[in-house]
Amino acid sequence: MWGNNWNWSEALTQFQMRLGAPEGAARLVAYGLGAVVLVTIALTLVLFLIWVTRKVVSRIQDRLGPNRLGPYGLFQSVADALKLLTKEDITPRNADVISYNLAPVFDVFGVFLTLTVVAWAPGLIGADLNIGVPFLVALGAIGIMSALMAGWSSSNKYALLSGFRVVAQLLSYEIPMVLSMFLPVLLIGSMKLGTISASQSLYLFGFNLGLGWTVFIMPAAALIYFISALAEAEQTPFDLLEAESELIAGFHIEYSGMKFAMFFLAQFMNSFFLGAIAVMLFFGGYQGPFVDQLPILGAFYLLIKAMLVYLVTQWIKGTFPRLRVDQMMQFAWKVLVPLVLALVLWQMIVMKIFSSSWMQDVSILIGNLVVGGVVLNVISNYLRRQKVVTKRAFEPKSLIGVMEPVVSSGD
Amino acid sequence: MSLPEMSALFPTLQEVIFVLFALLIAVTSLIAAMAPNLFHNALGLVATLFGIAGIYFMLEAEFVGVSQILVYIGAIATLITFAIMLTRGMMFGRTSAMNRQGLAGAIISGLFFVVLLGIVFQVPWPNVVADITDGEALIANLGALFVSTYLLPFELLALLLLVALTGALLLARDR
Amino acid sequence: MLQNYLFVLILSTVALIIPVAAIVLGHFLGPRRPDPIKTATYESGVETIGDTWVQFRAQYYLIGLIFLIFDVEVIFLFPIALAFERLSLLSTLAVVTFVLILLLGLLVEWRKGALEWE
Repeated sequence: MWGNNWNWSEALTQFQMRLGAPEGAARLVAYGLGAVVLVTIALTLVLFLIWVTRKVVSRIQDRLGPNRLGPYGLFQSVADALKLLTKEDITPRNADVISYNLAPVFDVFGVFLTLTVVAWAPGLIGADLNIGVPFLVALGAIGIMSALMAGWSSSNKYALLSGFRVVAQLLSYEIPMVLSMFLPVLLIGSMKLGTISASQSLYLFGFNLGLGWTVFIMPAAALIYFISALAEAEQTPFDLLEAESELIAGFHIEYSGMKFAMFFLAQFMNSFFLGAIAVMLFFGGYQGPFVDQLPILGAFYLLIKAMLVYLVTQWIKGTFPRLRVDQMMQFAWKVLVPLVLALVLWQMIVMKIFSSSWMQDVSILIGNLVVGGVVLNVISNYLRRQKVVTKRAFEPKSLIGVMEPVVSSGD
Repeated sequence: MSLPEMSALFPTLQEVIFVLFALLIAVTSLIAAMAPNLFHNALGLVATLFGIAGIYFMLEAEFVGVSQILVYIGAIATLITFAIMLTRGMMFGRTSAMNRQGLAGAIISGLFFVVLLGIVFQVPWPNVVADITDGEALIANLGALFVSTYLLPFELLALLLLVALTGALLLARDR
Repeated sequence: MLQNYLFVLILSTVALIIPVAAIVLGHFLGPRRPDPIKTATYESGVETIGDTWVQFRAQYYLIGLIFLIFDVEVIFLFPIALAFERLSLLSTLAVVTFVLILLLGLLVEWRKGALEWE
């Protein structure tokens, strides 16, 4: 059944036709079913992700996090969703009603469409578009438009300013992101996410180890993608347009109730999906041991890997200092873009000069190590400088004499 | 009536979707031209461009469609919105979409429509029956053509963009 | 191949229905007691003075322009990547020149200070 060209939609259609349904209708039903299933999975995932985020961040901050509702507080996000559902839906007097209401819808819409090209397992991909990678980038355009719509229509100075800043940030980091996504495309020679995932296999004596991940030969590309994806998902350290711990919240400041929940949903899904894309492009997608024997294992591998990437983003969220806006813009244009362009050039030249594939791989790896070293060097220089600046201006003294300050556990 | 004859009476799914996209384009382009608020005009333009991308996808020109979204909606529409927001009057004031040349404009565009209609019915359009089976090879061919047959235009394009960039820098700088 | 896009269309419909349904549901489930203070524009303690418009820096526009130019050039690279295996040496040289011109553009911006963000 899981043959070479097995495909979920064909299988579902064939199944219905065997039951006597006409082809067109069968296909429509199959696609509709697939779409509903995908969206349901995504929504369930978000409820889980919110819980994961809160647990991880509270662990980092030495708190317990949600622990009342259900085992380990698992149902907390369900309760939150229900609460948001019963909140008043306020439309500011001066708001432009049409764009104000459409903006959250489009934001969610753009992120949901990412599901189209997520390759869960061989043959289990919404639609393996020939233009998979640019399609993913194009979806970002919808997010940009919805940020502008929300910022403008709220008719609030903060919202508008923040809308502008978001757009400037998204535009700046989109270039290094696309270029780093271009590198595995160039290596594999396909823009289909299904093909890219499939080609990251590694056969040893005819057994697929599933460890031919592109990250092993292009770690710098993966690193640059990851940094840009953090900025695209508006995650720390690039969340200065929102800065929820110190400023009022971003371009969706005037939103309440379910409309606010939609922006929230979109942001969570986006940061998870950007991780999933990183997994598909660099970390082997659904590849792993025994995936040839039991393909459904692929979905499991993909989710685990994407979740690990997500945990790393939460770890960064809990520990990294936030960047300033000028530092952020300059990091994109003066560090990431030139370096990733250099990588593109290097890879193109190397792929033409050497005909043997292992020579190509080794040279690409060397180029990547150099570039990755430069990026890490820039980051560590920045952090070292930052540490000096943010060193405590005063040592905390306890007001009550007997309470000695605890020896700092490194904050 | 037999089943095939009956099904000929109904439009195919593809035709229905095409008409829906065409309607979307028609309505939103009217918004882009007529709405009294410049930001709404820009949004109408974005929706029109989306509709056109949809038509490209229906023509199985997927790469053109995705480039359309990436370049026109992602970059150009954003730029237009920025330009609108840079000036006070354009952003919240209600601008009239009409001026004294409204009637003349309507007549000229009406005539242009007739000309286009004439062309559409005159040209012997090629009738593609076969499905495109390997869309990926098609895109690869496009890429190969860029750097072989159309090498000179391709390099000129890069130079043109460089010139555009330098010009933009000169014009848009604060100082 | 067109079937793929039928799926995209169906998924788009579902992806539009879900947020709309959620917002409509929230609209009817939640209370609705608007009052002039509540629907006023949010501001730090004082009434908003004037309209929302603030003078934006031309820098934003410039970033948009730079992005546009890079975007156009990147999208041309994608089809070439698919055909890269069978490109002749001359064609490869052409692509490399293309990327070099892109880098030159970045250098020009850098020198002219368009990348500074004060």
